[in-house]
Amino acid sequence: MKLEVRGLSFAYGPKMVLDNLSFRVEAGEFVSILGPSGCGKSTVLNLLAGLLRPAAGEVLVDGARVDGAGNGRFAYMPQDDLLFPWKTILQNVCLYGKIHGTEPAAREQALSHMAAFGLAGYENAYPGDLSGGMRQRAAFLRTALCSAEILLLDEPFGALDVISRGDMQDWLLSMRADLGRTALLVTHDIDEALYLSDRILILRGSPAQIVREVDVRKAGKTRQWLYDQGALKGEIHRCIKAE
Amino acid sequence: MREKNWQKPLPWLVVIALLALWECCVRIFDVPLYVLPGPIDVLAALGENAATLFSHAMVTSMEAIAGMLIALALGLLLGVLMDAFPLVRRCVYPLLVVTQTVPMIVLAPILIIYLGFGVAPKILTVVLMCFFPVAVNFTDGMSQVGKGYVDLVRSYGASRAQVYALVKLPAALPPLFSGLRVAATYSISGAVVGEWIGSQSGLGYYLLRVKESYMLDRVFACVVVIVALSLLMNGIVRLCQYIFLPFLRRAKG
Repeated sequence: MKLEVRGLSFAYGPKMVLDNLSFRVEAGEFVSILGPSGCGKSTVLNLLAGLLRPAAGEVLVDGARVDGAGNGRFAYMPQDDLLFPWKTILQNVCLYGKIHGTEPAAREQALSHMAAFGLAGYENAYPGDLSGGMRQRAAFLRTALCSAEILLLDEPFGALDVISRGDMQDWLLSMRADLGRTALLVTHDIDEALYLSDRILILRGSPAQIVREVDVRKAGKTRQWLYDQGALKGEIHRCIKAE
Repeated sequence: MREKNWQKPLPWLVVIALLALWECCVRIFDVPLYVLPGPIDVLAALGENAATLFSHAMVTSMEAIAGMLIALALGLLLGVLMDAFPLVRRCVYPLLVVTQTVPMIVLAPILIIYLGFGVAPKILTVVLMCFFPVAVNFTDGMSQVGKGYVDLVRSYGASRAQVYALVKLPAALPPLFSGLRVAATYSISGAVVGEWIGSQSGLGYYLLRVKESYMLDRVFACVVVIVALSLLMNGIVRLCQYIFLPFLRRAKG
């Protein structure tokens, strides 16, 4: 599924957050929106997920205009895991199926993915019994089990410690091919954006604009490659700080 | 911090020591029964009047349970209404708080004027006492659900009813149970107050009758029954919580 955003504008009261923002994400592509905190990155995802209404502009998926919450095109994953403490892990990951009356199918699908998401044996555990990384993986599985084709990831590992975060990034990178989804990731972590994405859009300013695009799809993504990108990281950092 | 083994029976020992002190004082100073009975007298009265106390306790319990159930139903209904319609909340919430400040001992006689000497004014007294903690805890529980959870299920395409069924109602259950525990403790006293003001049966009626006759051992025996029933009601709510909210059980274990 191809995503196209045209002329998207949004204001919180008198403050213009986004003004005439446009970008494209190709089918199967993994794109990161990178920017400082409070620059309006999450607002972009909220607009796509239909949780906020844009002042102007349109969102097209495969050429068709979409809007409103639950438009069925996007699987949204917020920063916090937001697992329901009163539901078991299996019930949590089947949330989308539960809402759309396809729970039995969702359960079967979920059970077949438990091992790949490192959750085998925790089907009937409650979120309170799991570590932060496991909870995040459960939240990710819940997102992946949405039938929507485009993943919207809002700093999915932002709440984790550095070590678990690295593990989760490695894991996500290894899962990418299997998922085969188009994904839009929002992050303020330069390493994360470089490591995970095909393309990085740098968002800056008020109202926020895309000031630069970095294409890293050709790089063979390894941790070592990431360690060697000092110059590129510096360049991106200066771009974000607008030096 | 872990409780040391020798500390465990301490709370019980304190109670037993106090009872012993009480018994000794009554004996040493030779306090007459109509002024202050000793614990042993109370225990004896409890035994002698067990059958009478039991039949009155049944009446009071039924009123308390009926009142609790009505308060629960009303609390759930109003809680949802207040959450779904902010205007209802703004209009009703302050009223709820104000009604809670009116002493029940003032309201109960008025209720009897309106509803007669039957069981209705007693149940209504219980409802009035139990309704507030139930409704307020429940509606606060719903309004304090993280916006993120609501947004999440909305982004998944959930309807408004599904937002309640999947997020708000389950999230409000733990606070609802806290409210119910408070209400359960109130419920017996509520029924007793109602009976005290005017009735032909129930612990409140019995209490009034034995008090008028200065049979203080029986008054105390009746108080013991009231305390036990209140704790029992509280225990039943705890048991329900244990059964219906298994995730809380685990979190503590």
